[in-house]
Amino acid sequence: MSGFDVKKVREDFPILHQEVRGRPLVYLDSAATAQKPQAVIDALVRFYQHDNANVHRGVHVLSERATEAYEGARETVRRFINARDAKEIVFVRGTTEAINLVAQTYGRKHIGAGDEVLITQMEHHANIVPWRMLCEQTGAVLKVIPVDDRGELVLDAVDALLTERTRILAVTQVSNALGTVVPVKELTRRAHAKGIPVLVDGAQAVTHFPVDVQDLGCDFYAFSGHKMFGPTGIGVLYGRKELLEAMPPYQGGGDMILSVTMEKVTYNRVPYRFEAGTPNLEGAVGLAAAIRYLEALGMENVAAHDRELLAYATQALEAVPGLRMVGTAREKSAVLSFMLAEVHPHDVGTILDREGICIRTGHHCAQPVMQHFKVPATSRASLALYNTREDVDALVRGLHKVLEVFQ
Amino acid sequence: MSASDDLKDLYQEVVLEHSKRPRNYRVVEGATAEAAGHNPLCGDQLVVTLKVEGGVIKDVAFQGQGCAISKASASLMTGAVKDRTRAEAEVIFERVHKLVTEGPESVDVDALGKLAVLSGVSEFPARVKCASLAWHTLRAALEGRGEAVSTE
Ligand SMILES: Cc1ncc(COP(=O)(O)O)c(C=O)c1O
Repeated sequence: MSGFDVKKVREDFPILHQEVRGRPLVYLDSAATAQKPQAVIDALVRFYQHDNANVHRGVHVLSERATEAYEGARETVRRFINARDAKEIVFVRGTTEAINLVAQTYGRKHIGAGDEVLITQMEHHANIVPWRMLCEQTGAVLKVIPVDDRGELVLDAVDALLTERTRILAVTQVSNALGTVVPVKELTRRAHAKGIPVLVDGAQAVTHFPVDVQDLGCDFYAFSGHKMFGPTGIGVLYGRKELLEAMPPYQGGGDMILSVTMEKVTYNRVPYRFEAGTPNLEGAVGLAAAIRYLEALGMENVAAHDRELLAYATQALEAVPGLRMVGTAREKSAVLSFMLAEVHPHDVGTILDREGICIRTGHHCAQPVMQHFKVPATSRASLALYNTREDVDALVRGLHKVLEVFQ
Repeated sequence: MSASDDLKDLYQEVVLEHSKRPRNYRVVEGATAEAAGHNPLCGDQLVVTLKVEGGVIKDVAFQGQGCAISKASASLMTGAVKDRTRAEAEVIFERVHKLVTEGPESVDVDALGKLAVLSGVSEFPARVKCASLAWHTLRAALEGRGEAVSTE
């Protein structure tokens, strides 16, 4: 593979080089949160050692540097997802806050009693609960695109669900519980044909393949820094400028205003209108470092690595006796959700943990899709750019060990 | 102790056997009390039904879904508290709780009888909730709190 050497990539991630429980660490839980390359760790340290100051308000040199770093990060994010304008990039805490922001600003303004919000059965709770709350506040109705037994959206059902009352379609690009890649470009086309705006939850997408928001055509795109090898507590809401500019503010406070008297507040322009208070400066700086790291590797190369490893892992896991994959979409990203014979996922997780293997077990904050598959929980191994075939082989050995214990 | 010794302690033969073939896996007929328990973290859910007469637990059963540890613990519990008074059941609860949180050194293991097989749990802090779910649910039923208890 051109220029992508996973052995070299692993060298960039100090946390991977340790033993846990007397075994080499095998980290297969990057869909929950990804590990950080040294470049990101260094960027955080450098910011605090050299540039830290509050942004947008000081006249002194440090404030200038911090502002430059923070606004530079915004430009880096713009480039990464190919937004038209850096003003379309709002820094938030993460995907969850990005979606809440849209629901409580755009949603409160444009969605009323009897209107419909359309989501899918495979959303993360972060793309369900904010809409549920909005519906409770406004009397709007939550509608759901169903999934089939492979874990793909039932696309035939979509057009009928996009009605004249639909005010927004909010959909994940990659399901964190199943790995399904959703054709969001096609869905956006269909929604736009009826004048309906689209929010895409990109939390599990941006780490695995190139994303171009102009090509997707969506109106909002949300993702988290920590899942893409950056720090926690920083994330991004992309919004088309026309929409952002027409949206009321989210939280009130400093930075989001132009002028304040006791009688009247004039709100700042976008994106600052949505960034009340001192933002997560080092988070933005760290996220920019993560993006530069990914750009240096090349997202196409990352995508090829993840695809190849997913194919290998799928085949290896399906050969384990009694293993049943949950989520077998034709187009999948680096998530393997499964049940092992009659063994409860929690027991699988405990036994693997004693082998030094980290996976996630549970409902993955996606209970509605678990209900569709009639399981309370699954075991989930998720892959990232630093995972190898050896990691997958260790997982398979671990699963055989589970079967041994439970014979 | 090596990792695999820990595992053998957790998944002792008796534990596995109870999880595969739980005792008193049913609903008590003519139950006088019941409660539902829920472990939101792993989705474990169970219902305990009871028949208490003259302060004595005449019958106790459970149903639900969960991991091996929570099922085995529930199954063992039904055996341990049957024909006991409420006060006795409470004492057993306290002992089991100490056993799974603090380990076998902290309790009189002999007094625990069969329940001693749960001693491995204390090495697995993430699994304490699994082992205690049935017991919290039993306590809720005994106290007449029918609403769902949650280990969170
Ligand atoms: C698909 C998806 N959406 C949203 C989220 C929420 O992200 P965060 O917790 O970073 O806000 C996650 C994280 O698990 C996710 O996988």
